[in-house]
Amino acid sequence: MTSVEGLLVCEQDSQRTLSPYVTGTSVIGIKYKDGILMTADMGGSYGSTLRYKSVERMKSIGKHSLLGASGEISDFQEILRYLDELIKYDDMWDDGNSFGPKEIHNYLTRIMYNRRNKFDPLWNSLVLGGVKNGQKYLGTVSMIGVHFEDNHVATGFGNHLARPILRDEWKEDLSYEDAVKLLEKCMRVLLYRDRSAINKLQVAKITEEGVTISQPYSLKTFWGFNAFQNPSKGAEGTW
Amino acid sequence: MASIGTGYDLSVTTFSPDGRVFQIEYAAKAVDNSGTVIGIKCKDGIVLGVEKLIASKMMLPGSNRRIHAVDRHSGMAVAGLAADGRQIVARTKSEATNYERTYGEPIPVKELADRVASYVHLCTLYWWLRPFGCGVILGGYDRDGPQLYMIEPSGVSYRYFGAAIGKGRQAAKTEIEKLSLSEMTCRQGVVEVAKIIYGVHDEAKDKAFELEMSWVCDESNRLHQKVPDELLESAKAAAKAALEEMDAD
Repeated sequence: MTSVEGLLVCEQDSQRTLSPYVTGTSVIGIKYKDGILMTADMGGSYGSTLRYKSVERMKSIGKHSLLGASGEISDFQEILRYLDELIKYDDMWDDGNSFGPKEIHNYLTRIMYNRRNKFDPLWNSLVLGGVKNGQKYLGTVSMIGVHFEDNHVATGFGNHLARPILRDEWKEDLSYEDAVKLLEKCMRVLLYRDRSAINKLQVAKITEEGVTISQPYSLKTFWGFNAFQNPSKGAEGTW
Repeated sequence: MASIGTGYDLSVTTFSPDGRVFQIEYAAKAVDNSGTVIGIKCKDGIVLGVEKLIASKMMLPGSNRRIHAVDRHSGMAVAGLAADGRQIVARTKSEATNYERTYGEPIPVKELADRVASYVHLCTLYWWLRPFGCGVILGGYDRDGPQLYMIEPSGVSYRYFGAAIGKGRQAAKTEIEKLSLSEMTCRQGVVEVAKIIYGVHDEAKDKAFELEMSWVCDESNRLHQKVPDELLESAKAAAKAALEEMDAD
């Protein structure tokens, strides 16, 4: 007798991502005085193993946009290929027009939502930032197609640990230095509390002038807190 | 053509007794009546130029393009039926992206020319198809440097230093032969191509035309782009000046 699954699922099992393999953790993006700043660490986790340590998870898209991704790295690479082709076909018109961040963001929402409706999602949370015609833009899309714009956005653990900080401390007219400091504050918290985060990160900037992605660097950390040195003390029931 | 009307000229799938396929020759005729299209290979890249005959004064300047980008590093100029040309351009674009999707690098110009030629040739093999009424000049830049190909309605494609098709092709070819292409930069080439197009234009038969030009060269970062406006304007001015000088003699 065929099993119940046999009745529900077609004979040739369709292939889809049931769980991600190599993943990146949080991305944070904020608006600041001159544009958008984004940051992400360079870890690529294989399950809970920190398998890769120099994965670039932020890439420039066309002339006016910057894309950061957490989640399945290979799906991110696939998305980059889609966008590259999209922009190539647009550039070939050679008519002086180009996609801005708003268009790219919408395109991504369509791709993500479409794939989730095929029950074959691209396993990512994406952050899309950009500047075009003096207009700053920052938005996010999830793997099921949920999307919104905000002054500051974050993916994954960043939603829980970074956004509360940003809600308290973010201002519209942050200088570049202050904005980087704020991002580093968030990344430090994530580094302490997110086991997938690693201490090698990049900060990417996009303004009217274009995109610059920093060299990888590390944050100063302090592990001398009592609770860190003797984590089981005061935690009843643990050893 | 003495053999016209002998019954062997209606089908692309029937040879005439002396071994010709007339439909393909008629397709070539369509190309020969078109505005002149020129491509040259300079030392640092390719320049394409088109004498675009204007069908109506009421058309917006710049409409009905005859030069199309087909990849980041290559472009195509069309002589003959513009709509047929767009079909070839669409196919060329998809061949280029397909290659890059598969092999992760831009398609070599030679490969692209071969694939497009096969497609054009395919349309000469079936009774239910009509050969393309256009010839194209394909220019591109890859790791082997700048290259120029011309593909005819029959599906043949050859690589050239300089190529010309359309009405003024004979005169244009003799002019191209006078140029020392291997020492010329594209910036100089643009002016020369403009001069030739203006030179072969038949003021008496065709009234208005628009000069359309593109290049792929070191100056354009090896990307196929329209020639910048200021350079195009100065090339036009030089071409007109050269024409007047000729008339004065």
